[in-house]
Amino acid sequence: MCPLITNIQKYSIHDGPGIRTTVFFKGCPLHCLWCHNPETQSFENEIWDVCEGVAREADIDGLMEEILKDRIFYDESGGGVTLSGGEVLAQDGEFLLELLKRLKTEAIPVFIDTCGAVPYERIKPLLVYVRAFLYDLKLMDSEEHRRYTGSGNGVILDNLKRLWEDGAAIYIRVPMIKGLSAQKGNIDKMICFLKDNGIRPEGINLLPYHDTGSGKYQRLGRAYEGESFEAPGSDEMEEYVKQLTAAGFKNVRIGG
Amino acid sequence: MEERGMNERIKKLRRVSMETAPHIDLERARIETEVYKKYEGKVSVPVLRALVLKEYFSRKTLYLGDGELIVGEKGNAPQASPTFPELCCHSEEDMHVMNDRELVSFKVTEEDIKNQVGEIIPYWTGRTVREHLLNQMTDEWRAAYEAGMFTEFMEQRGPGHTCGSKKIFEKGYLDYKADIEKALEELDFLNDPEALDKKEELTAMSIDCDALCILGERYHELALEMAAKETDPVRAEELRAIAANCAVVPAHKPQTYWQAIQMYWFTHLGVTTELNPWDAFSPGRLDQHLNPFYEKDTAEGLLDDERAKELLECLWVKFHNQPAPVKVGITLKESATYTDFANINTGGIKPDGSDGVNNVSYLILDCMDEMKLVQPNSNVQISKKTPLKFLKRACEISRKGWGQPAFYNTDEIVQELLNAGKTLEDARLGGSSGCVETGAWGNEAYILTGYLNIPKILELTLFNGYDHYSGKQLGLKLGNAEDFKSYEELFEAFKKQLEHFVNIKIKGNNVIERIYAKEMPAPFLSIVTNDCISKGKDYNAGGARYNTTYIQGVGIGTISDSLAAIKYNVFDKKKFSMRELIDALEKNFEGCEDIYKAVHEESPKYGNDDDYADDIMRSVFELYRDTVTGRPNTKGGEYRIDMLPTTCHVYFGDVMIASPNGRLAHKPVSEGISPEKSADVKGPTAVIKSCAKMDHISTGGTLLNQKFTPSVVAGEAGLDNMAALIRSYFSMDGHHIQFNVIDRQTLIDAQNNPDEYRDLIVRVAGYSDYFRNLSKALQDEIIMRTEQSFE
Repeated sequence: MCPLITNIQKYSIHDGPGIRTTVFFKGCPLHCLWCHNPETQSFENEIWDVCEGVAREADIDGLMEEILKDRIFYDESGGGVTLSGGEVLAQDGEFLLELLKRLKTEAIPVFIDTCGAVPYERIKPLLVYVRAFLYDLKLMDSEEHRRYTGSGNGVILDNLKRLWEDGAAIYIRVPMIKGLSAQKGNIDKMICFLKDNGIRPEGINLLPYHDTGSGKYQRLGRAYEGESFEAPGSDEMEEYVKQLTAAGFKNVRIGG
Repeated sequence: MEERGMNERIKKLRRVSMETAPHIDLERARIETEVYKKYEGKVSVPVLRALVLKEYFSRKTLYLGDGELIVGEKGNAPQASPTFPELCCHSEEDMHVMNDRELVSFKVTEEDIKNQVGEIIPYWTGRTVREHLLNQMTDEWRAAYEAGMFTEFMEQRGPGHTCGSKKIFEKGYLDYKADIEKALEELDFLNDPEALDKKEELTAMSIDCDALCILGERYHELALEMAAKETDPVRAEELRAIAANCAVVPAHKPQTYWQAIQMYWFTHLGVTTELNPWDAFSPGRLDQHLNPFYEKDTAEGLLDDERAKELLECLWVKFHNQPAPVKVGITLKESATYTDFANINTGGIKPDGSDGVNNVSYLILDCMDEMKLVQPNSNVQISKKTPLKFLKRACEISRKGWGQPAFYNTDEIVQELLNAGKTLEDARLGGSSGCVETGAWGNEAYILTGYLNIPKILELTLFNGYDHYSGKQLGLKLGNAEDFKSYEELFEAFKKQLEHFVNIKIKGNNVIERIYAKEMPAPFLSIVTNDCISKGKDYNAGGARYNTTYIQGVGIGTISDSLAAIKYNVFDKKKFSMRELIDALEKNFEGCEDIYKAVHEESPKYGNDDDYADDIMRSVFELYRDTVTGRPNTKGGEYRIDMLPTTCHVYFGDVMIASPNGRLAHKPVSEGISPEKSADVKGPTAVIKSCAKMDHISTGGTLLNQKFTPSVVAGEAGLDNMAALIRSYFSMDGHHIQFNVIDRQTLIDAQNNPDEYRDLIVRVAGYSDYFRNLSKALQDEIIMRTEQSFE
């Protein structure tokens, strides 16, 4: 199956170091209620009325051509390509492997932005081609996780452990929703999990919730169920930074 | 008004400079008129010009403001603007207009008007360069000029566009005088047919040395007098130090850092009082020139960094005290600003090719940051060897949003200069000044002569040479648009029209250059410009080592998208016919929504890293470059091109009907080499890639504006990415890039509430200006420039 792409974002500066190009793939195993890219949840093409228009089928040559246009900026800035979505790791495995090999041949460093909710067998063969993973952790309680994302977190946590054991560089990214993911108990559990498994991420990014995606639901003909979500205040955010830093984690930052 | 970092002295001086209204000062004009009445016809023209400067510096009202450490004003006080009736003699009506106009106004008193009408106008009417020049122009030239096909820089202001060199800091004017005397002695009246001309020119230079020394002596005496009366012992000591400085410079070479700055300032006054050259005058690599004095004084304990910065800030105030001379008519439209385009260059490389950044470079950046003034314009020159620390410090200031410093690519500029035939050493000593124009500093007269309205040449090509604005047949009759059966035929016709207008412009330039060479020599500027003394020849007559004449192309974005829209829709896709497009243009797209949508939204656009449009941009650029470059000027040099607009893109748009890319009638054309507004939708990397497809090295400078919202460049990562963006553009041989970091909403607020944004400074073209001082059309244009934002 040929993956669909909703957007190729150039001068992407919040999804990994330097100046990057981020490719957004369509289709995700999770359906987070706060998702700000709902158009990337379904694997199917849907008609929706935003400027990006209908998603297009990824063709590796075309994609590489677009990516290579900004090579000089990756070189100068220590940037590269970030594969995101949706969930890139839920896309066609052969396609992904081929794309990653081509990027490796061109010496372009790749980051993968993932929710982790895929079988580890899909991830393992890609490891040698990926510079680092931007790995989402949301809710540490599996039932709560299921309630808000449509799926438990067992696979996600297990994959994170295995990624660490296999030597991958990992940045943890946490969408911060007031009273939900952003509460001391959730962060405590996150710290415990990471420590118990000896996971030392390259950095932890706390991403404050924003509702810029809410309008997209309407255009997709869907109801937005996240009206009650809000971002924690900046003082509260600072508290979490302190909490994580005090627990011994490096590069804890607010924002991407 | 925000005031950061400055000490009390500087705050006060800056306030005086900011709060004093620019005003006309007729003292120079009156003294000049007396000198002309007394000597004209009795002495040679160069000597007459030198006598004007000497008499003015001998008699002018001196100003030495409270707290000043660097002294000297062009006129009688800060913000005084002497007039130059020998170039352009303002009518009584002009005087009222300059006083009453809303923007870029100058206070004129009743007495000024009385003097202008009583003394100045009667003498100068019929004698001005402006009249001589316009009288010599052909009907063809005049019609094209009045229709906005091109502008003419020398119509009201003298040729300039040059920078000083190290020499200014290494020699006193008595030393120059000795050189001049020696050159006079060596004149060969037996064999050299130009010996007499050389004698007159050299004599004039010698008188000008005296003129500057007299100004220095007068300040020496004034400071002593003031010290004697001063009750504050600290200020009295400062005044004695100023007096001591003025006893050394400008007659002798400077001994200290303080004297070095004072020396530059005296020289600056000499150049800008003699004539009113475009781009005033600039010190060149100020950091490298000052560094030996800084190091010596610091080692001897005479100077610390606070003092070094304070003295720089005093110099900054001096630059800011001098509004550009009053402009009227079309020249005002093309360059509506008080800014006089003096431009401080920092960084770059040394003559041996090594990195040029030193401690003074960082002090200049601090000074720029604290002073936040529109003048002097300031830039950094970035080479491969420039430390990231310096680049990032410059980015840190630039991202504060007011457009300074601009960033220039030293390595590319060296290649431009080598390509233009300079020696490697002269190339390394050179750089960009004014807006973005390249020259061999201290060694070259590189004169901007006017803007060329490239999109309008296409407009005329589409209408068989007919101009809607003037209602005249201005271009060649090469057929109507629908007669062109292919894109290539259309392009061929455009090529012929372009040549036609470039020829008209150059024919005019050839006459104007000779008028200046004969009637308006600049012996003072010739003293400090290398080879004028040894050749016995004036700066305006080819005396400099190198002599380049520039014509600046405007509207590359608009024309590229226009040609792309025609090629794509009319010839490739056959969406509509040329006739239908032409009708739409004449109707300003009213009732032609389909065509408008096709050309405006669905056609390839320059600025998106799309080869379809970018290849067209290259073809137009190369055609323009090859039409101009290499033609001989009258000074033994050649023509070259720049791609910069100042504010001319607004004027050029105003004289046009709608363009095939969907630009509506009378709206500005694209500025610099930036894409047409809102045409670039793929972000800053795509813009930079598109712009880099132009061969910058074969030009004399290009100008690229980028507008960011503050969030894009926030934080340490934002700074790193900004630096990387600049490095990327420069590694692709981009010439220059500058940033407006400000969100659209702020600009709209500022437009609606100008009083609340009195200190909002934005980048316009090769300079920054107060937003409130810009015309509504230019404000709109800046608001509309595509904003790069990625959340």
